[in-house]
Amino acid sequence: MSMRASGYQAMTVAEEQSGDFETKLMRINVGPQHPSTHGVLRLVVDLDGEVIARISPVIGYLHTGFEKTFEHRTYQQGVTYSNRMDYVHGFGHDLAYVLSVEKLMDACVPERAQRIRVILTELNRIASHLIFFGTGILDMGALTPFFYTMREREQLLDIFESVSGVRMNYGYFRVGGLACDVPEGFEHDVRAFLASFPKMMDQYAAMFAKNDIFVSRTKGVGVLSREQALEHGLTGPSLRASGVPLDFRKAEPYSGYEDYAFDVPTSTVGDASARFEMRMLEMEQSLRIVEQALDRLEPGPVQDPDRRISLPPRSELETSMEAVIFHFKLVTEGFHPPRGAAYVPTESARGELGYYVVSDGGSMPYRVKVRVPSLVNLQSLEAACVGGLFADMVVNIATMDPVMGDVDK
Amino acid sequence: MEPLWVTFLKALVLCLVLLGAFAYMTLIERRILGRMQHRYGPNRTGPLGLLQPIADALKSVFKEDITVTNADKVIYVVAPMISIIFALSAFGAIPGGPAGSLFGLDPWIIDLEIGVLYILAVTSVGVYGIFLGGWASNSKYALLGSMRSSAQIISYELGLGLSVLSVIMIAGTLNLREIVEVNVWSVSPWLWLPLLVAFGAFVVSAIAEVNRTPFDLPEAEQEIVAGYMTEYSSIKWALYQMAEYVNMMTVSAFISTLFLGGYRGPTFLEPWIPGISEWPIIWLVAKMAIFMFLFIWLRATLPRLRYDQLMRFGWLYLFEVALGATLLTGAVIAFVL
Repeated sequence: MSMRASGYQAMTVAEEQSGDFETKLMRINVGPQHPSTHGVLRLVVDLDGEVIARISPVIGYLHTGFEKTFEHRTYQQGVTYSNRMDYVHGFGHDLAYVLSVEKLMDACVPERAQRIRVILTELNRIASHLIFFGTGILDMGALTPFFYTMREREQLLDIFESVSGVRMNYGYFRVGGLACDVPEGFEHDVRAFLASFPKMMDQYAAMFAKNDIFVSRTKGVGVLSREQALEHGLTGPSLRASGVPLDFRKAEPYSGYEDYAFDVPTSTVGDASARFEMRMLEMEQSLRIVEQALDRLEPGPVQDPDRRISLPPRSELETSMEAVIFHFKLVTEGFHPPRGAAYVPTESARGELGYYVVSDGGSMPYRVKVRVPSLVNLQSLEAACVGGLFADMVVNIATMDPVMGDVDK
Repeated sequence: MEPLWVTFLKALVLCLVLLGAFAYMTLIERRILGRMQHRYGPNRTGPLGLLQPIADALKSVFKEDITVTNADKVIYVVAPMISIIFALSAFGAIPGGPAGSLFGLDPWIIDLEIGVLYILAVTSVGVYGIFLGGWASNSKYALLGSMRSSAQIISYELGLGLSVLSVIMIAGTLNLREIVEVNVWSVSPWLWLPLLVAFGAFVVSAIAEVNRTPFDLPEAEQEIVAGYMTEYSSIKWALYQMAEYVNMMTVSAFISTLFLGGYRGPTFLEPWIPGISEWPIIWLVAKMAIFMFLFIWLRATLPRLRYDQLMRFGWLYLFEVALGATLLTGAVIAFVL
């Protein structure tokens, strides 16, 4: 389904004849500035009373042209842009991008860097799900849980800040490893979070799963069958809520995910409540992964020693002419992957995320195509919403968890 | 009987007090919400943020007063007035203390024989303000909001009216002051159960009456932006806010008067401070504060019901429970007493 083609222009207002009354559908415009469209999503909704007869998303309000920008930056500079698409799960985008380029370059990433990448990506997944919960229940009218989830997220953002220097748009991963090693105290901070977070999860359970109004607002709302979910290309927790146990961390492991023991929670219900539940269970699994990765974190280099990719150490620059040449070449024009293309599917907090990077042998990508989960997941919105109430639409948007930067790129 | 000008003066004072209380309720609500949400709430404007309501009032007066182009101009202006006028006038029937206790004056505006009916009627008229405002705005969101408020009123008014019946049957009067003097709880222990049930049903209906979480559908921000208020700005918007808070206060006072002994204080304090239970106003305010806090607490805790769920709740549970309480009261009065 192309969203534009079946979009608002093609629609005509249907008029029905029911009894003595002539009834008309009411077309209402939701967004791009609306309290709960999670950014600049615009929806054109045809309402029959409060029942949704048709809904079509109109996207593009946050189009930034990232894919084109990639073509005019060196491969290493690309990490500045990748995390800006999905600013809620930035490490996930960084990881997906560097993995594809590393596949092109055939780079060898040291184990320590792999572990740190996994830790940060999983913590970021938790932070992303916290936003999901906070805003999700905010969309149902409960104010306080949002502040609870923000409180825990703050702890994570502090960790990310200590590592990368910023609270969002991290740009910390590099092709071939990391920008630098994690600071002292990183391990301690992460362990403190691991220790405190399970207690907070109990609080969330009280606010969500045990709350009667929350349950009645989500149970049976926006049901997507297994077939519908697959048809619309749904991925991520929302797909797993519809009964398909697809998780790229298991299906096509990358970054050493095959080393860690974790489960892929699935549900066969497929409603909004299941989509909430999946994310709750996923946070537990992420904690497990982080714990295992942290236990196996050993000192070592965090950059591929390959001089084609990584800058030589500072000390060598004073003694080795060769090092100076490599340094100069890398800084001024970057590295040149061989001709070809690479795509590594990863599991972001929202679903399948992958960068299709095409190289023509130059120092900048010939083309970068990003398979973003938010955009594709948004397609199932229509299937989930039609026939439901207007108030359910808000819940459905929330449980599809779109990040508009991720949708519009 | 007091001279007419005294009554007018009292009405004027009451309006000013209610509006002042509204202003500070917004501050109290924001501070309490802040406490419940790991944050401070407004605390920059004056000590403890005490000047915040004044700043807010000034701000809303100076905001541009927008009238939507295709709005029905007359109704658009009149609708918020309806809301606030009826919200304010409902409070007049509530007795604030025993006769002649307020510096020799009666602490109420008017001592109506049909006080209960009067308050039920006047608070219901307030919905017209919401409905007409949403209708006249010529905005689809506002229309949805006003539709919801009409759907809501027929769902909870039944429960509201029926749960009052128990009290009326026990007290045998519609006069609020006499209901307080009778003290419905002291009539017979057999009546405690139906009274408790009726009290619960009434409190729940009352929350729907004042459009507060979890029944704040007409202004569900996350769905229909601000519902019936979407197109309102400046002082007209402030009037709606006033009406909402004044309604909250009226309803709190109404619950206290019907079920919690209204203006009467606890008699166990009498041995220490003689006459304390007869002091006017303060006991009513103290009881109102409990319910005001409850409203704020619920707002911080609960998500919003969907509107079909509210209707189902109103018709299938609230109505039945209130009816049951009424029947039980009737049975107790007929067969036990």
